[in-house]
Amino acid sequence: MPPAVLRAPEASRANALHAGAWWLWALGLAVAASRTTNPLLLGLLVGVAGYVVAARRTDAPWARSYGAFVKLGLFVVFLRVVFSLLLGSPIPGTHELFTLPEVPLPDWAQGVRIGGRVTAEQLVFAVYDGLKLATLLICVGAANALANPARLLKSLPGALYEAGVAVVVAMTFAPNMVADVVRLRTARRLRGRPTGGVRAVLQIGLPVLEGALERSIAVAASMDARGYGRTAQVPAAVRRTTNLLTLGGLLGICAGSYGLLAAEGAGYGLPLLGAGLLAAMAGLRLGGRRTVRTRYRPDRWGIRSWLVAGSGVTVAVLMIWANAYAPEALHPGVVPLEMPELPLWPALSILVGLVPAFVAPVPKENA
Amino acid sequence: MIRFENVSVTYEGADEQHQPTLREVDLTVPEGELVLLVGPSGVGKSTLLGAVSGLVPHFTGGTLTGRVTVDGRDTRTHPPRELADLVGTVGQDPSAHFVTDTVEDELAYGMESLGLAPGVMRRRVEETLDLLGLAELRDRPIATLSGGQRQRVAIGSVLTPHPKVLVLDEPTSALDPSAAEDVLAVLQRLVHDLGTTVLLAEHRLERVVQYADQVLLLPDGVMGSPAEIMAMSPVHPPVVGLGRLAGWTPLPLSVRDARRRAGELKARLEGLLPGAPAGLLPHAAPSRHRGSAPDPGPRTPDGLRPRPAGRFSAQAEDSAPPAIEVPGSGGRAPGFGKGRGGGLGLFKRRRVEPAPAPTPLALVDALGVRRGRVEALRRIDLTVTPGETIALMGRNGAGKSTLLSTLVGMIAPTSGTVRVAGRTPHTTPPRELIRQVGLVPQEPRDLLYADTVAAECAAADADAGAEPGTCRALVSELLPGVADGIHPRDLSEGQRLALALAVVLTGRPPLLLLDEPTRGLDYAAKARLVAHLRALAADGHAIVLATHDVELAAELAHRVVIIADGEVVADGPTAEVVVSSPAFSPQVAKILAPQPWLTVEQVEEAL
Repeated sequence: MPPAVLRAPEASRANALHAGAWWLWALGLAVAASRTTNPLLLGLLVGVAGYVVAARRTDAPWARSYGAFVKLGLFVVFLRVVFSLLLGSPIPGTHELFTLPEVPLPDWAQGVRIGGRVTAEQLVFAVYDGLKLATLLICVGAANALANPARLLKSLPGALYEAGVAVVVAMTFAPNMVADVVRLRTARRLRGRPTGGVRAVLQIGLPVLEGALERSIAVAASMDARGYGRTAQVPAAVRRTTNLLTLGGLLGICAGSYGLLAAEGAGYGLPLLGAGLLAAMAGLRLGGRRTVRTRYRPDRWGIRSWLVAGSGVTVAVLMIWANAYAPEALHPGVVPLEMPELPLWPALSILVGLVPAFVAPVPKENA
Repeated sequence: MIRFENVSVTYEGADEQHQPTLREVDLTVPEGELVLLVGPSGVGKSTLLGAVSGLVPHFTGGTLTGRVTVDGRDTRTHPPRELADLVGTVGQDPSAHFVTDTVEDELAYGMESLGLAPGVMRRRVEETLDLLGLAELRDRPIATLSGGQRQRVAIGSVLTPHPKVLVLDEPTSALDPSAAEDVLAVLQRLVHDLGTTVLLAEHRLERVVQYADQVLLLPDGVMGSPAEIMAMSPVHPPVVGLGRLAGWTPLPLSVRDARRRAGELKARLEGLLPGAPAGLLPHAAPSRHRGSAPDPGPRTPDGLRPRPAGRFSAQAEDSAPPAIEVPGSGGRAPGFGKGRGGGLGLFKRRRVEPAPAPTPLALVDALGVRRGRVEALRRIDLTVTPGETIALMGRNGAGKSTLLSTLVGMIAPTSGTVRVAGRTPHTTPPRELIRQVGLVPQEPRDLLYADTVAAECAAADADAGAEPGTCRALVSELLPGVADGIHPRDLSEGQRLALALAVVLTGRPPLLLLDEPTRGLDYAAKARLVAHLRALAADGHAIVLATHDVELAAELAHRVVIIADGEVVADGPTAEVVVSSPAFSPQVAKILAPQPWLTVEQVEEAL
């Protein structure tokens, strides 16, 4: 047992990790996932994300979304394989498994194939590809389960606050609607109708939407009555400058990115993008003067947040680097088929992602 | 503080004649008063409250004529957000009030909008957490709170900006008696300590009228002291009913006042016995009601059956021994507790040769339900026989709704058995089950899917396999004068409940379950409901209702089962259970204790 100082403290509002740290960590894992198709490494990433979620998630409603993301990931893999089966694949293969009846298509649909030959190579490729997407989704799901979405939006600059609230309200709506669906589905039993099946969902669709609409109106009324959208008086000059800076900044960002991407504009692209960003930031900052809001107990970015975010970034960087020294291990061959193997160093670098399971404060329920 | 000058509000398209919802209201509410709005459903109480915060008409639409000023600010020129520092509003449904997702953030939200300094916010959040007893819940997601906790959070969230006016629409309707007491105590503290002006509308007058400084009666718009208004109000709590019956002037508003006057009335009632109101006694429950014939004889608090031990104590008459062992506790003992002047004899007889058990409609044996790690119910035993009405009481979150859900198979038991009409509910196909048991859920809206009353009825007939027109006939009976084409959402709370009840009754289930049936009902709608339920019980239906409404339980139930923390803590005849536990006793019982009177109706009949 490590000394008390090194053990993670019990979570409370005062030592809460910055929501941004969780997102950086998860995005780091997601970037790592996007750099490999090795199913063993992807599985390891999913395992790391899952372990951290299991160790550090709370009983909060948003924390339950992880399961939904895992299911969504599995569904993506399934869908990818089905499409590959039906529509064929450009992957050349020699191990033919079976042949589906091919739908004859007219000439103008050349290049599209429905049915036909199915090879082992194409299926393996589809699984790898689906697995990569699924891992990305699961990483996002992990961030969702670990970080309170509302807190993340609270860290937005003042001028974006109102947009942030709209998103928060929308996000609390999704779980409420899910709860409504569950409640109404079980209530169908009281009418003597089966609770499962597509028909049940269709029939309760309208009541659920009506309920959601009513609730949104009620929330809007409550927000209005509690001072949402109160603005301070700002001099006209400041207002005009804000508009100018924001618009000019956005234009600069657009032109700059175009310059970066277009072949001939590389010279002016970067400076223009930088100037645009600066102007936009200044516009947002000035715009923040219009809102009178203050913030109650904002999350602090402390040492633990650094460790959590850092571990995710490390995983991403190490994986990108691994692409340089061990590309073939990260992308096991499909043609010809070969057994994927677990490369030692990339695997170890993924394990860095477990750091949050030891440094993040422990939720009360698990303590 | 609040002035209404000749205010009328009209909602367009509300009905053909453009009847104003509020008509020419003139009133002045002085600073620091607690004003109670009284009146039947649909007279514009919510509209009047909304006009104070500016939500009417800025948010709801409609036309407001006249002038509303709050602390000198005209709502015509000040939209709700500009009044946010002055008026705190909590609507009927606290869950619709929340913007953020945890308790602490919710308390801070209003202050953040007003731009208070972080230090001030922190201090006020801590103060409010203490004031409302929410400190334990500060980090909890709001979605996990119980009804009473939510109500307190909602009130707290509008208190933190220190408004001068607090506007509350039915703050205690959804709460159990003790949670309601908590909320009212907080309001009283605000009025006394901070001089906050409070304007509230509430149907449960028995809970609030004693706290009011003034009462405003709608639709007449008369304002006066509570006693004056109560003397003429068509809606009034039982204590006032009793006071009017006994001719007490000035009218008592609290149980304490009434009890101090009740000496003479008690003397008159001495020796008389409460006759059961019509319909209170079921026909078809032969052996259980052997001891409870229309003249049940003198009763004293007894019959409470402590769980889980298989014994109960009974103190029938003075001479009875304090506790009697009854062997076996699987089912419930029929006929216990209501001795006809000799409960002891009855028990003795039972011990020798048990009465033939009536076929119970529902039998719950050692039922346990777990949700995740939470044990929602533990070792519940309950038997429901035809024709009896049972009130399930207990605080919010005690497991009442869970028990009802288990009886209709919406929740599968984790341990123990549930049998309804000999079947296991959660494995019985829904189509068959609805002919055995029907539940009207807390939110009757959940049952209604169609967009007209007629379509709803047709669907109900088809679902239950009943003759076409059965449901419609029930609707007409329960709710005369409802047009076929009206949308269920446009019905009032009471009408919607009646429609849901009709839909459920279409299958003619012998067992009827109701979850919080009187939430949001005014006294008239409640009286109609009581009459219907009595008729159903007389018809041989068994009724189980989960309710916080002690007055309803007193009027309707033969038996009261109190659930706490997922366990049955008391189970016995209404008179005995409610009289022995103050939190659940109706006002009349408190006033006339120790005499066993429960309702004004009983007293009236006896005199």
